Amino acid sequence: MGQEKELQVGFVGNPNCGKTTLFNAYTGARLKVANWPGVTVEKKEGALKYHKHQFKLVDLPGIYSLTSYTMEEKLTRQFILDSEVDVIVDVADASALERNLYLTLQLIELGKPVVLALNMMDIVQERGMEIDLHRLPEMLGIPCIPVSARKRSGLQILIHTVAHHQEKRKAIFEHQHPEQEKPSHHRHNHHEEFAMVYDDVIEDKIDELTERMRAAGFKSPNYRWHALKLLEQDEEIMGQVGMDFTDIVDRSYETDIINEKYDFIEEIIEECLVNKQTKAAFTDRVDRLLTHRYLGLPMFLCIMAAVFFLTFFIGDWLKGYFENFLEWFSGVVSGGLSGIKVNAALISLIVDGIISGVGGILTFLPNIFILFLALAFLEDSGYMSRVAYVMDGLMGKLGLSGRAFIPMVLGFGCSVPAVMASRALEDPSDRRRTIFVTPFMSCSAKLPVYVLFSEMFFGKNAIFAAFSMYLIGMVIGVATAFVMSRMRRGDGAEPESDNVGAGGAKTACASCKRTCARRETQNPLLIELPEYKTPNARTIAIYVWEKVKDYLTKAGTTIFIASILVWFILNFGPAGLVKDMGESFGAMIGKTLTPVLATAGIGLWQIALALISGLAAKEVVVSSISVLFGIGNASSSAGMAELSAILAGLGFSALNAYALMVFVLLYTPCVATIAVIRRELKSVKWTVATVLYQLFIAWFMATLVYQAGRLFM
Amino acid sequence: MKEKQNLCMADIGGIYEVCGMELPRKVQMRLTALGMTEGTRIKVLNNKRSGSVIFHVRGTRLAVGRKIAEHIYIGGI
Repeated sequence: MGQEKELQVGFVGNPNCGKTTLFNAYTGARLKVANWPGVTVEKKEGALKYHKHQFKLVDLPGIYSLTSYTMEEKLTRQFILDSEVDVIVDVADASALERNLYLTLQLIELGKPVVLALNMMDIVQERGMEIDLHRLPEMLGIPCIPVSARKRSGLQILIHTVAHHQEKRKAIFEHQHPEQEKPSHHRHNHHEEFAMVYDDVIEDKIDELTERMRAAGFKSPNYRWHALKLLEQDEEIMGQVGMDFTDIVDRSYETDIINEKYDFIEEIIEECLVNKQTKAAFTDRVDRLLTHRYLGLPMFLCIMAAVFFLTFFIGDWLKGYFENFLEWFSGVVSGGLSGIKVNAALISLIVDGIISGVGGILTFLPNIFILFLALAFLEDSGYMSRVAYVMDGLMGKLGLSGRAFIPMVLGFGCSVPAVMASRALEDPSDRRRTIFVTPFMSCSAKLPVYVLFSEMFFGKNAIFAAFSMYLIGMVIGVATAFVMSRMRRGDGAEPESDNVGAGGAKTACASCKRTCARRETQNPLLIELPEYKTPNARTIAIYVWEKVKDYLTKAGTTIFIASILVWFILNFGPAGLVKDMGESFGAMIGKTLTPVLATAGIGLWQIALALISGLAAKEVVVSSISVLFGIGNASSSAGMAELSAILAGLGFSALNAYALMVFVLLYTPCVATIAVIRRELKSVKWTVATVLYQLFIAWFMATLVYQAGRLFM
Repeated sequence: MKEKQNLCMADIGGIYEVCGMELPRKVQMRLTALGMTEGTRIKVLNNKRSGSVIFHVRGTRLAVGRKIAEHIYIGGI
């Protein structure tokens, strides 16, 4: 039996309809999913074998239509048209069928085989709605398969349909179009060929355009689609066809085409959806509170405060157990190695370098775990889009839309995905500003630094010292965004009418569309608010496990290597193996920076070196400090006492520690973030500017805190 | 008798009909792709002082900022 050729299957659908959940269910991949639109920002591929069929599945970013107005839509459309997509799986959120069907109709018009996956059928049932699964495929002319990606039901049937659907297309198109009541003068009965049939004016124009394209020798596998795009005056297609049709396309028929599609959708909904009035009143009730005009913001702050409270308190409690284990382990290894007469330098490398470096970081795992667990809950419940709405007023004052706040909240977890999430912002300048401020949102990797130093120097007030870092980060981020928006306004890019008030804008609009368009591209908020749902255990587990795995991998690679490197440069100098670390290469490197850092009260070469090594990853600051000061387990109470005694001996007080925390909060996050910033901004100049700004603001703020503190102490 | 007003002026809980939009093409096409065309009925769920509005259109719950809301014209029904 010969192997069949690989089938390429594209998952297309509206944002937040569960494409990635479905993709994960089939491929066993663990791509991130959440309950807010725009989680997937780039296409992902995976493989699946079903019976004798080999599939290549492609998960695409969510889109609402196939126009060429946004980057994602253009890319998805291009991908479907150009590449070898054999079957399109149109993933639709069956609980919001009306909106999802619009894209379905457009996909059908592309002419490639389409299978409609009616996802979230579990929610449909929960709400008491019913979908006529006999009538729907009749009206659309494509197979419609009910599935639940979350519950993993219907998946076999869907993939089976995909495997067979590419071979033949069904041709049942019966629907009672209102047009049929009026006699149509049209020469073909298009209802036998196409699901979506327009009124005679448009159908005539399609025929004329098709003939004209054919006569001119323009080759198209789907003239009807090209004709429709010409009627919509789609710039890309007009350029591709390159002919003058102004006699036929006397104006844009885009709105007409959209309206007729929605008319047809209304018919479908009328015939196929039972009980559509059964609304999820729950979401509206919750929203009344969470998006309340006055309570919305305090509610958000309370939720974030609760997240950090859990992270510090519960996390610290669990951390205690990890520390005890590490202490025991480090003792056993050290004892074991000296027992078998291993070279003292090697024992030092293993115990002081690797175990104290990597192990010290591992003890923070509970804090990280809880932080990401809380963020996963926020993301999967559907609250994230509400945050965008709640923050819109405030963000508007900074010249950004509320949407830009989502990357900022994600930044509390990790800057890398946060910077990538800024892709959902359409305006490049808004995206740049968001990327600029996101790293100031204190990420989880900085947490160990705060926990260590605040517990050492602030005793009972440790949590407040640590929490204040998050606030300072937000304030600096907000201030930066504000200044940037002022600079942008001041640079003359915007016309004078930019400052026209709400009333005046309307008249400016009518008289000068261009001015209006430029004014409005200052990114107004436009975001869909999904229904709230109980976070899914599998989704949360995947989310948290991926983060924990990243953290462990980082401990095993970056932090491991950094710990060894730091140990080496501390134990070797120009004269070879050194006894006094002060003569090592590390000290030489650190000392070059001490004059600059001295103004911020952190002018110790050890701290300077730890900060440099922290560029690899922020946790390395802690592991390096352990290695630098020769503390076996810096995060244990004994280790902390030892370390704070050493630091105190060097004149390092609570104020110095606080300045250090501020510096760590604000300076360049890590090489991974720089790389992703470079990739997203596509500009070396801007990337360098970002890094320099971060270094400057970190030094400036730490200096400010230290010098101001000295005045009062 | 229909009274023309913009979405910022809408009452929470009110049901309105879309009379027109004067928005940048990109934004307008996104809204129309969501089924917001002239004559579509919308239900306003929230309206903040800053002008951001949440409304229901064809089964979608949508949040828009002031700059969009004030250029969507609606009529009471």
